[in-house]
Amino acid sequence: MAKRDYSLLGEDSRRAVENGLAAAEWYHTEIPRKEMKALMAREDQPAIRDSIILYGSMILFAGLGIWLWPSWWSAPFWLAYGVLYGSAMDSRWHECGHGTPFRTPWMNVVVYQIASFCMVRNPVTWRWSHARHHTDTVIVGRDPEIVAMRPPALFRIFLNFFGIIDAWNGWARMLLNASGRLDPEEATYIPESEQPKVIRVARIWTAIYAATILQALAMQSILPLMVIGLPRLYGAWHHVLTGILQHAGLADNVIDHRMNSRTVYMNPISRFIYWNMNYHVEHHMFPMVPYHRLPELHAKIMHDLPPPNTSIWQAYAEVWPALKRQLRYEDYFLRRDLPATAKPYREDFHKDALGHAVPAE
Amino acid sequence: MSNWIDACSTDEIDEEDVMRFDHDGRTFAIYHSPDGEFFATDGLCSHEKVHLAGGLVMDYMIECPKHNGQFDYRTGEAMRAPVCVNLRTYPVKVEGDRVLLQVG
Repeated sequence: MAKRDYSLLGEDSRRAVENGLAAAEWYHTEIPRKEMKALMAREDQPAIRDSIILYGSMILFAGLGIWLWPSWWSAPFWLAYGVLYGSAMDSRWHECGHGTPFRTPWMNVVVYQIASFCMVRNPVTWRWSHARHHTDTVIVGRDPEIVAMRPPALFRIFLNFFGIIDAWNGWARMLLNASGRLDPEEATYIPESEQPKVIRVARIWTAIYAATILQALAMQSILPLMVIGLPRLYGAWHHVLTGILQHAGLADNVIDHRMNSRTVYMNPISRFIYWNMNYHVEHHMFPMVPYHRLPELHAKIMHDLPPPNTSIWQAYAEVWPALKRQLRYEDYFLRRDLPATAKPYREDFHKDALGHAVPAE
Repeated sequence: MSNWIDACSTDEIDEEDVMRFDHDGRTFAIYHSPDGEFFATDGLCSHEKVHLAGGLVMDYMIECPKHNGQFDYRTGEAMRAPVCVNLRTYPVKVEGDRVLLQVG
């Protein structure tokens, strides 16, 4: 296969539209309507409880960090605050972008706006980007959110454990948008009617960052930036650690989430930070199911899905060699075996992608 | 000119739920509201042509199962991104236990 072109304006994008991979109909496990309705049902209570724990912890950790500053005794509290700011906000951005955690719409909006700011993701731009990710998951040239491309940019991924590329791009994009302009790729998926909102948000954020920097200058201290801005860097590691596992090393250009997404069992702390997005096949198949019902959905459809990875570390034991192999053979991917109870993959739908598979070593 | 089509019986759709109805090469979504009224819209989301009948009805909203865009199914108004274009609505009446839909 020719070298992959991940640009949304490139040759692979055009080809995906031409051969029907763009906006295709994806495979879904059958679930009776009544059961599906029950799984999709919304309630406020679980997300209110989790938000009180999350924001309460952030206030507590930041408060202790400020109180003990500049002593090194403040470091553990900044690390804890950072991971909630730079990683838990990623999953809150994601879930509230779908509008599923709370039944009350304004609650989703408030958490979405706060989380978008923390992650430096324009809430308008990224809503559209993520919609495209769900329409065309890991379709080369269509999905703007592919983390591990082929060949994988391993150094770039490593830098992102400290937010270095993504946060930097976020701030650069914020300044571009604040100046009244959009990136040409953004303009391909944000409707014109929504574009003024992108610019308005970017200007508000620029003002908040300017105020924080001025405060730091006035205090002759980086303390204000330890609270706003820098935690996006020093707390990013957990969302990258878990986020890579969503799709890395798996098939691309297929229309069955069982082939290109990964479910991983995780410890309760990671699941709290990640808001159950470790059930990633389930989330992609049924994005309207709230995070707190995903374990139930998983139990209901696991007979039709590849066996989940049993831990973060077991998943990395699979992903890392696959990424290294993709450095040499871009067409290599991990094929997920299905249990005997599952409906088989439609080989005829995926002939083009699967036909290029390089056998495992 | 009226063209009423017999779509389904009233007990085929639970309250606060939706059903797909195909007729003459077109697809519609028929809703049963929490207060017992019936409504109908185009069956496909105006964003990316996904069947709304797979979505979630909450009060008077239908949420698209693919991208969670929302419409008010009484008016067809797009209420939540990524949907921006309103749905077309169709008159509905109930005769006995039958739900009839007027398609233009």
